[in-house]
Amino acid sequence: MRAHLPAYEMETPRDLAAALSRMASEPDVWRAFAGGTDLMVLLEAGKLPHRKFLNIWNLAELRGITVTAEHVTLGALTTYAEVQRHEILAREFPLLCRAAAETGSVATQNRGTLGGNIANASPAADSPPALIVYDAEIEIVLAGGARWVPYASFHTGYKKMNLQAGELIRAIRLVRPRGAWKQYFRKVGTRRAQAISKICFAGAGRVEAGRIAEVRIALGSVAPTVLRAVRVEELLRGQRPVDAALLLAAQDALSAEIAPIDDMRSTGRYRRNVARNLLAEFLEVLAS
Amino acid sequence: MPGERARKIRVSCVVNGAAVTCDAYPMARLLDVLREEMKLTGTKEGCGEGECGACAIEMDGALVNSCLVPALQAEGAKIRTIEGVACGGSLHAVQQAFIAHGGAQCGICTPGMILAAVNLLARHPQPNDAQIRDGLSGNLCRCTGYMKIFESVVAAVRDAETRA
Repeated sequence: MRAHLPAYEMETPRDLAAALSRMASEPDVWRAFAGGTDLMVLLEAGKLPHRKFLNIWNLAELRGITVTAEHVTLGALTTYAEVQRHEILAREFPLLCRAAAETGSVATQNRGTLGGNIANASPAADSPPALIVYDAEIEIVLAGGARWVPYASFHTGYKKMNLQAGELIRAIRLVRPRGAWKQYFRKVGTRRAQAISKICFAGAGRVEAGRIAEVRIALGSVAPTVLRAVRVEELLRGQRPVDAALLLAAQDALSAEIAPIDDMRSTGRYRRNVARNLLAEFLEVLAS
Repeated sequence: MPGERARKIRVSCVVNGAAVTCDAYPMARLLDVLREEMKLTGTKEGCGEGECGACAIEMDGALVNSCLVPALQAEGAKIRTIEGVACGGSLHAVQQAFIAHGGAQCGICTPGMILAAVNLLARHPQPNDAQIRDGLSGNLCRCTGYMKIFESVVAAVRDAETRA
């Protein structure tokens, strides 16, 4: 059933401070509304429980991509289209660009934002695995304060996150890579364009003298939250990437680490098999 | 009824080159505002959840699905709908190509397809086949006339090159 429109309020705060002070004045009453690619779908389906929204789409404090020698910092309202157009992101953070290119259609990529993707907290989102592989940090702001938190610990359970009433995600910060990283991203969905993931795998590694010196692996749609495969990473570190026994051990470790379920998009069994296969493909990339 | 707090707001924007003002609930879909308040019924509703592209329009030069844009966010925007694609009496090259190459069948997806193609050509004046497919991938055609739609856009690009 469609939503009853008069029940929904939306206001446009004049700047970030005004938005945060509005959110602080009535805790958990006012929620942020960015590009609307998730919330408008819920509204139309009559499934949007919240009633009061702050239109943050035009807040300059949440926009823009800034680059320093150490970091690239993306405003929370950076759209998927903007991610793909950015030269330094394309060169140094290809997994994020791939994720952005494979999220929704052109029209969705023009409206969907990184901050919105994070705050929507779907375990099937495609940018979070890339953000985890890049050790992203996110800046949380509230009236009179700000804090940086590691993104890897931000999602605490299914649709649960380390974000209190009155807080907003302001920016996402990535550490610029040093040395030659080999990177791998693959989203598996029903079809190539637009489909929501059955499983998504992002990995990056650095090989020195034939051995894996550093490795980071994250997966979407295999657990209640986007998951960093820390046990697989531990097992791989210091090893040679081409090794049949290592591959089998790493695949078994991955199987144990993930907890995929049967749902409308796929089955737990299929997801587990594909996760193992994608890990093999990633190790081939590291070995190449 | 309880919970009826929101009042209609006044939204001013520029639609197809003309300044327009209308009253709408803040979270009314821009799609409905265009069709019902402004009587611009060229923009179609397909799925209503951002999957099919039938309601695609340009907002400040960017292709968007108007079913997912709340009226409040249209304030101050420059909007182009299918009614604003032709220039005076002369059709856009993409529109002409859709007619010449059978790009329209039942017609429901056509306005969104044409907006997607026109927007693609604004970003990539000479797109390759992969870019054309990618530019149209957010638009579904339930008649499944995809090849003729694709060929129409290819023809529009070729015609533009011939004229140049």
